[in-house]
Amino acid sequence: MKIVVCVKQVPDTKGGVKFNPDGTLDRAAMLTIMNPDDKAGLEAALRLKDKYDAEVTVLTMGLPKADEVLREAIAMGADHGILVTDRVLGGADTWATSTTIAGAIRNLEYDLIITGRQAIDGDTAQVGPQIAEHLGLPVISYAQDIKIEGDSVVVQRQYEDRYHELKVKMPCLITALSELNEPRYMTPGGIFDAYEKEVTVWGRADLKDVDDSNLGLKGSPTKIAKASDKVRKGAGEKVTLDAEEAVAYLMGKFKEKHVI
Amino acid sequence: MDFSLDKKHEMARSLFREFAENEAKPLAQEVDETEEFPMETVKKMQKYGFMGIPVPKEYGGQGADPLTYVMCVEELSKVCGTTGVIVSAHTSLCIDPILTYGTEEQKQKYVKPLASGEKIGAFALTEPGAGTDAQGAQTKAVLDGDEWILNGSKCFITNGKVADVYIVIAITSVTEDKRGRKKKNFSAFIVDKGAPGFSFGTKEKKMGIRGSSTYELIFEDCRIPKDNLLGPEGKGFPIAMHTLDGGRIGIAAQALGIAEGALERAVAYTKERKQFGRSIAQQQNTQFKLADMATRVEAAQMLVYKAAMAKATQKVYSVEAAKAKLFAAETAMAVTTEVVQLFGGYGYIREYDVERMMRDAKITEIYEGTSEVQRMVISGALLK
Repeated sequence: MKIVVCVKQVPDTKGGVKFNPDGTLDRAAMLTIMNPDDKAGLEAALRLKDKYDAEVTVLTMGLPKADEVLREAIAMGADHGILVTDRVLGGADTWATSTTIAGAIRNLEYDLIITGRQAIDGDTAQVGPQIAEHLGLPVISYAQDIKIEGDSVVVQRQYEDRYHELKVKMPCLITALSELNEPRYMTPGGIFDAYEKEVTVWGRADLKDVDDSNLGLKGSPTKIAKASDKVRKGAGEKVTLDAEEAVAYLMGKFKEKHVI
Repeated sequence: MDFSLDKKHEMARSLFREFAENEAKPLAQEVDETEEFPMETVKKMQKYGFMGIPVPKEYGGQGADPLTYVMCVEELSKVCGTTGVIVSAHTSLCIDPILTYGTEEQKQKYVKPLASGEKIGAFALTEPGAGTDAQGAQTKAVLDGDEWILNGSKCFITNGKVADVYIVIAITSVTEDKRGRKKKNFSAFIVDKGAPGFSFGTKEKKMGIRGSSTYELIFEDCRIPKDNLLGPEGKGFPIAMHTLDGGRIGIAAQALGIAEGALERAVAYTKERKQFGRSIAQQQNTQFKLADMATRVEAAQMLVYKAAMAKATQKVYSVEAAKAKLFAAETAMAVTTEVVQLFGGYGYIREYDVERMMRDAKITEIYEGTSEVQRMVISGALLK
């Protein structure tokens, strides 16, 4: 059984967020972690590896520095790492990203693709299902439990106050929730191995069946109007007035701020 | 000369830090209060390979280096000195001598389960009448057919009752030199828990590292197989001394971690604590103290890492280990004492971790060679 896990290196929210002048994230300048939902997806794959001796390939698209997140995955127990990196792929939105990743996955053999539900930086939850769409695969999103039954997967899909149980023939794509499991730690020996292993690096030329017009910033239909870090709000103003005075005060403020 | 860590060591540090924060820190106060050995944490460390970090993979270890191991003890000790010393005593004092002096059979039989985390190790040299003067030891071993018979007792043994495998140093002969002076010849032995005649005495009640299991070991006609002699007969003393050289690097890392942990807490606390209308971090007295502590801590870290690198590349590293332990231990004591002072009354309350750190720090100036012994080792090499 062969599993491809897609992971993303995301900013560590503890470290503060930095932007490029064009409003996209300055990823090179930020502390990073493996996206939590993706890490749960990787853990799910590693559990299938423990149980069924699956081969786990981890794939990411990003800056050359995103190699770290692949090493981390290998140190946790993944077998191979593939980094898709190329200047022409930069600034991609979900459409261009999923096009790129699908183009990379077309080179691989797989029974199962696992992605995280969504990344904590973009929070779109679009890339996983879009990859499935590009590859013509069934998708089960929001997985909270994954089991293998013969040539099918049985997945519990989280749904408000209940879950749906779905059985799908492989190959298919699953998006994982961080609630799916508690990811294992790396091991010291795993880290040493991870830095001895070759991580495969692919560029634009290695992507299969993709059109340049769907890649990178140019191939991204999404345009960012403005992006900013959280701005701390002031403490506000506290006034103690009786009801009539309070209404008059509020109406005055609303007019002052052009709310009414 | 490059003082920055490479990527794999950086990643290893982030692993140890994450583990320490998630697994060891939440239990540190309870472990201290209850004096209970943190078995759950140790089981997790066994699972993730922390109990065999610098051991080759062929012997069940992680195949990493002494620097990685040192960073593990350091990060654990930042949050819990007890957890740090458990790993240190197990790795440096029990696995290391078997790996260095053991036969292939001994390595297969003992190092594998120790490094892979099935078993816990301990080391027994100290006796009630023999601390710094290890030559004063009384425990004897006599060969009887296919077995050694051990008699005597060992005290202050870290991982005492929880260990499965013990390195025990005992006298195997007494010889006279030309002037008729008697000299004890020691040998090293590997003793399994449960060996007939091997039992435990009292559990020590300690000032610090209270969760580490510190016991007296008693040998009453304790029989162990002849093959459990470690290294050549009569070479137990140099084996013990070389083992302690490695052990000192582990304890130096523990001391370093305690100092770093205390300093981190001082930085956070002094920024928040307000007196006379501003944070105490804004007082120059505090700033100068923090600066001095940070400088000392970094100097200690350099010595500890240098000693770890020396262990990886040199056959003899006694002086590097002694300097690292001496300086890191005295740094831990000085920094924790100063941090308690910066915390004021709160520093004296158990709810705030720094008083525990001050109690934990003290032992690093004493065990595996007191600071005075380290000075003897360092000056001995200078004046040779």
